[in-house]
Amino acid sequence: MKRVAVEQKTLALNGNEAVAYAVKQSDVDVVAAYPITPQTIIVERFSEYVANGEVETAFICTESEHSALTACLAASLTGARTFTASASAGLALMHEMLFVTSGCRAPVVMAIANRALSAPINIHGDQSDTMAQRDSGWIQIYAENAQEVYDSVIQAFRIAEHPDVLLPAIVCLDGFQLSHSVENVNVLPDDVVKKFVGVRQFPTVVTHEGKMAPLKLDPENPMTMGPLAFPNYYFEFKRQQEEAMKNALRVIREVHDEYAKISGRTYGDGLLDPYFLEDAEIAIVCLGSTAGTVKTVVDELRAGGVKAGLLRMRTFRPLPVEGIKEALGYVKAVAVMDRSMSFGGFGGGVFHEVRHALYDLDKKPFVVNYIYGLGGRDTSPMQIRMIYRDLQEILAKKSVENPINYVGLRE
Amino acid sequence: MTSKEKGWKEISIAAVCWKPSTEFLTGDWKTYKPVRDMEKCTKCLLCTIFCPDGAIHWKPEKEDIEFDYNFCKGCGICANECPVKAIEMKLE
Repeated sequence: MKRVAVEQKTLALNGNEAVAYAVKQSDVDVVAAYPITPQTIIVERFSEYVANGEVETAFICTESEHSALTACLAASLTGARTFTASASAGLALMHEMLFVTSGCRAPVVMAIANRALSAPINIHGDQSDTMAQRDSGWIQIYAENAQEVYDSVIQAFRIAEHPDVLLPAIVCLDGFQLSHSVENVNVLPDDVVKKFVGVRQFPTVVTHEGKMAPLKLDPENPMTMGPLAFPNYYFEFKRQQEEAMKNALRVIREVHDEYAKISGRTYGDGLLDPYFLEDAEIAIVCLGSTAGTVKTVVDELRAGGVKAGLLRMRTFRPLPVEGIKEALGYVKAVAVMDRSMSFGGFGGGVFHEVRHALYDLDKKPFVVNYIYGLGGRDTSPMQIRMIYRDLQEILAKKSVENPINYVGLRE
Repeated sequence: MTSKEKGWKEISIAAVCWKPSTEFLTGDWKTYKPVRDMEKCTKCLLCTIFCPDGAIHWKPEKEDIEFDYNFCKGCGICANECPVKAIEMKLE
C-alpha cells in the first residue's frame, strides 16, 4: 500500500458490514429500508448503530421497498442525506420510484447486494437485479471486494451530491460472495470520512415566485418539485439527466482521486480498473467480485507467457465509452462476462454495451460473450482458464464459432 | 416545438417550476367550449362551484360570471349542472 497521511484501522467485516460502517461514518440524515436477503445485514447493523446512539440518523422502517425509496426520495428533497439498501425483488419493487428519484435529481445512495430474480425463487448472487434497472437514471458502481464496497459507499455520497451530477447512485456488491464474506477492511477515522463527504451543497433554481433559491423543499422558499411536464418540456428534462450522467464520468474520477490521496487506495481511474491490459492480446471484461478470480488466472497465464489481461468495469452507468475504446483498442480478442441474461437479446447487457462501444474503432477486436454464475452458481478459475483458451483459439483460427456462450451450465 | 419555448440548458433542473401555474396555460386541451345563453342564465353561480378547474370566475364589477378559456378544459360539467340549461358545449 502507498504511504498515506491518515492512520487506518483494519476491521474484519463482510461486505454488508462494510456498507453499514461507511454509512455510519458518512453523516447520513435519513435511512429508510425494508429487509431482504442478502442485504439484510446492512440495515440490521445500521439499526444497531441507531439503537446505540452512535449515529443521529432518523431510521424509518417501512412496509415495502417501494415505500422505503419513496421515504428516502422525500427526505432527500428536503436536503437530507439519505441511504437505503435492497436486492433482487426489493429493487424490482422500487422500479417506479427509481425513475422518480433520478428525475427529481435526488442524490439518494443505495447499496444493492446483487441477487437473482424469481422465478424460480433464488436468494443467491447474480446481477439480474441491477442490470434490469440500467435505464432508471441511477449511477451504478460495482465493487470487487469488501474494501472497495466500503470506499465506494463513501465516494458515492460525494458523487451523487455533486452539483454537476445530482443523480442517485447504487453501489453493487455481489450477493454472498461480497455481502457475506468476511475480509480485512481498512477503515478511515470517523472525522476524516465526515470531512470528506462534507455537507450537502445545493444548486440554485428559479422558483415559481421568481426567486432564486437552493434546490430543496423549504417553507421559506416554496417550490414545486415533481410537477407535470407535457410533451413541450419533458424531453428537455431527460436531456438534462443525460448531461448529468456525462458529468458523472468526470466527477467519479475526481472523487476517486481525491479519496485515493487520503486512503492510498485506487481502483483504476475510478471508472475502469485494468489488470495487465497494456500489452494484452486476449482479455476478459467483467463486473464485480469475479474480477478477483480472473486476476488469479491472469497471473497464472502471464507466468506462462500468455498475454492475458482483464478490464474490470467499476462503473456501468455512466458507461465509460472512451475508456473502453482506449483500454480494448489494441486487444485482439475480448470475452465479456455477463452475470445476468437479456432474454431474446444477442447476449447479456455488458456484452451489448462493450461491443457497441468498440464498433467505431477502425480495427476491432473479436468480442464474444460468456453468461455465467446465474442464481449463485460458482465461477471457478477453471472456467476462467477455459474462457482464455477459447480466446486463444479464436486468435488462432481468426474466426468466432460461438459468439454467445454459457459458462458452468450443464448441457 | 415552437421556438419560444426554452431549451434544456436554460430551464431549471429537476423540473422545478420557474413560473406560477397561472402562467402555464392549459386551455388548449379542450375540444368543446362552454357558451352561455345570456337569456337563460339566472346567475345562480352553481357553475362556478362545480367547475373542477376554477375556470369560471365571478366578476363583481360586471356582476356577472366569465369563462376563463385559458384554463377551461371543456369537461362540460358546468353545462351538465346548470339548472336552467343555459350552457351549451360547442365544438371549438
